[in-house]
Amino acid sequence: MADGGARHLAHHFEDLEQQHQAASLGMWVFLVTEVMFFGGALLTYVVYRARYADAFAHASHHLDVTLGTFNTVVLITSSLTMALSVWSAAADRRRTLVGMLSATMLLGSVFLVVKGYEYAHKFHEHLVPGPFFRYPGPDAPEAELFFSVYFILTGIHALHMVIGIGCLAYLLLRARRGAFTAAWSTPVEMVGLYWHFVDIVWIFLFPLLYLIGRHA
Amino acid sequence: MSVPTRKADYLNVDYGVRSWLFTTDHKRIALLYLIVITIMFAIGGLFALAIRLELLTPAGELLQADTYNKFFTMHGVIMVFFFLIPSIPAVLGNFLVPMMIGARDLAFPRLNLLSWYVLVVGALFALWAMVTGGVDTGWTFYTPYSSTASHTNVIPMALGVFITGFSSILTGLNFIVTIHTMRAPGLTWFRLPLFIWAHYATSVIMILGTPVIAITVALVGIERAFRVGIFDPALGGDPILFQHLFWFYSHPAVYIMILPSMGVISELVTCFSRKRIFGYTFVAASSLLIAVFGFLVWGHHMFVAGQSAYASFIFSFLSMVVAIPSAVKVFNWTATLYRGSIAWDAPMLFALGFIGLFTIGGLTGIFLATLGIDVHVHDTYFVVAHFHYIMVGGAIMAYMGGLHFWWPKMTGRLYPEWIARIAGIVIFLGFNLTFFPQFVLGYLGMPRRYHVYPDEFQVLNVLSTAGASILGVGYLLPLVYLTWSLRYGPAAGPNPWGATGLEWQTPSPPPPENFTQAPEVRDAYDYDTGLAPLPEGARG
Repeated sequence: MADGGARHLAHHFEDLEQQHQAASLGMWVFLVTEVMFFGGALLTYVVYRARYADAFAHASHHLDVTLGTFNTVVLITSSLTMALSVWSAAADRRRTLVGMLSATMLLGSVFLVVKGYEYAHKFHEHLVPGPFFRYPGPDAPEAELFFSVYFILTGIHALHMVIGIGCLAYLLLRARRGAFTAAWSTPVEMVGLYWHFVDIVWIFLFPLLYLIGRHA
Repeated sequence: MSVPTRKADYLNVDYGVRSWLFTTDHKRIALLYLIVITIMFAIGGLFALAIRLELLTPAGELLQADTYNKFFTMHGVIMVFFFLIPSIPAVLGNFLVPMMIGARDLAFPRLNLLSWYVLVVGALFALWAMVTGGVDTGWTFYTPYSSTASHTNVIPMALGVFITGFSSILTGLNFIVTIHTMRAPGLTWFRLPLFIWAHYATSVIMILGTPVIAITVALVGIERAFRVGIFDPALGGDPILFQHLFWFYSHPAVYIMILPSMGVISELVTCFSRKRIFGYTFVAASSLLIAVFGFLVWGHHMFVAGQSAYASFIFSFLSMVVAIPSAVKVFNWTATLYRGSIAWDAPMLFALGFIGLFTIGGLTGIFLATLGIDVHVHDTYFVVAHFHYIMVGGAIMAYMGGLHFWWPKMTGRLYPEWIARIAGIVIFLGFNLTFFPQFVLGYLGMPRRYHVYPDEFQVLNVLSTAGASILGVGYLLPLVYLTWSLRYGPAAGPNPWGATGLEWQTPSPPPPENFTQAPEVRDAYDYDTGLAPLPEGARG
C-alpha cells in the first residue's frame, strides 16, 4: 500500500497516530468493562466458595481435569498464534498473518468443541442445574450452586470465544485481500488484545473451578 | 441578483429520515437521544401522575395494590434507566463534549450511533414488558420480589435494563477516549471546562459500574429462566448478595445522574455571574473524588438488611465523606456568585434552583447515612423525598437549565425568555410543594410503596399531589415553547450569552464538522479579563 495507510484515516481525526491512540485506549477501556462484568460473576463464585468450601470441593471432582488442562494448553497456544498474527501484520508478512489467524481460529474452535463435549457429559450425568439436577450426597443444593456458577462463568467465557472467533474470521477475510500493512493494522492489534483477555479469563477460571480443593 | 443562502449546518446538510437514522454526527445523535428520552420522561411522568392521584385519598380507590406495585416499579425503571441516566450525558454531553474540546466528533462516531440504537432496543423491551402486563418488583429488582415471588414480566424488563446498560457503557467509553485523545492543541487538562471534568468522572462510573448491573440482572434472568437458586436461600443462594451487587452499581449510578448536572451548573453559574469559577482545581477534582467515593458507599442502602454492624459503620462513615466533595462544589458555586454581576435569565434560575434543592437533598442524605436515623426512616417517604430532591430537584433542574442554555447553540433559535423564567419558577415551586411534604410524611412514619395509608397523612399527601400537578404544568411549558421556538424563535447568533466555551466560537447551529476554523483555545472561564487570550503555556 503506497498510501501509508492514509485512506484509513477517519474524517474526525488529525492523523493516523491519534486515530490509533484512540482505538487502543478504547479497547483497553472496553476490557476494563469486561473485567467488571466477569468480576460480578466471580464475586458470586467467591462468596459461595467461601461459604460452602467442602461442597464446592466435592462438586469440582465431577469436572474433568484432563480435558480442562488440555483446553488450557490449547488456549495458551492460541494466544501465541494471536501474538504472532499481530507481529506478522506489523511486519507486512501477509501469508504468515493468514496462517496465524487461521491457526488461532482453529485452536479457539478446538477449545469450544472440547467445552461442548464437557457440557454434554454434564448433561448426561444430570449435573446441569435446574429441575433435572441429580447429585449423590448430602450437599446437593450447594453442589447445584457450584454447577450454576460453573455454567454461568464458562458459558459467558465461551460466548466471548465465539465472538472472538467471529472477529478472527473477519480479520482473515480482510487479511487475505491484503488489507493490513505495516502502516495500518489496528484491527488485528485490537482483536489481539481482546483474544488475550479472553484467554486470561480462562487462566483464572481453570484453577478456580477445576483445581482448588481437589485433594481436600 | 443574489439568493440569500443559509450556510451548511448540521441540521440542513442533509434531509430525510435516513440521513438521521444513519447519521454518525454526534450533534444529530444528541437530538435523537433528546427525542427518545423526552418520550420516556413523559411515560414515566404519567406513572408518577397515577401514583399521586392514587395517594390523594387514604383508601385505595384508583389503583389496586398489585397495579400500584406495577406503577411505582415502572415509574422508577423508566425514570432511572431510560431518562435520568442518559439525560445529560447522552443529550448535552453528546452534543457538547466534542465541541467544548475543539474536536470534530467523538472518537467513535459509529459506536455513538450504535449506543442510541441500543437504548432504543432496551426501551422497546421495557415498553413491551409494560404493555403485556407490567412488572411489580420495584425498580431495585430485589430478590425474591424479582425471582420466586413475582409472576410478572421480570425477564423482558430485566433484558431491557441489561441492554440499555450497554448504551451507557458505550457512551462512557466514547467520552473517555475522546477527552483523552482529541483535545485541541493547547487545551491542557486544567484548561478544560468543568462540564468536561464532570463528564469524565461520570464516564468512569459508567464503565466501572454498568457491567456489574448487567451481570446482576443477567443472573436474576438466569435464576428465573432456568430455575436455579443463585439468590434463593431455599437452594443455598443468598438474596443479600443480590443487594450488594445491585447497589455496587446503583449507588454510583446516582452519581451518573448528578455529576453531569454539576458540570452543567458550573458552566451556568460562571456565565450568568460573569465571573471565573471560584477554585477551578477543587471543583474539577471534586468530580473525580465523588466518582471514587461513590463506589465505596453502597452498603448504606443495606443498614437494615442484616449487614454486620461493623460494615454498616464503615459505610456510614464513607457516605458522609462523599458530602465533602459535594459541599466543595456548592461552596465554590456560591463563592462564584459572590460579587458577580448576576443575570436572571432562565438557565440561571434553574441553576440557582439546583443549588438550593441539591443542598437539601444532600443534607438529608447525611441524615440517611446516619445509622440510627436510617433505621427510623428506612423505606419511608423521607427516603423518597431525599432522592427526588437529588434526582428531580438536582438532575432534572440542571438538565432543564442546560437545555435552555445550549438550546440556541443546538437549534440556532432563541426560546422566549419571559415564559421560560415563569416555567423555571413554576417547576421550582411545584417541585417543593410535591416533595417537601414527603419529608414530613416519612419522618412521621408513612412507608413507601403502599397504595393505602392512615387518614392522618391525608393533608400532606393532598399537598404533594397538588404540587405534582403544578410540576407537571411546569414540565409541559418548555415542551411547548421550545418546540414553538424551533420555527418561530428569533435567530440566536453564535454566542447569545457572551459565554467563553469553545462551543460558542462557531455558528449556531454549528456546521457538520463543528468548526469552520480551529477554535482559539483559552481559559475556560475567562469572564473577568475581557476575553483576552491566555499567553502560550499559561494554565487556567
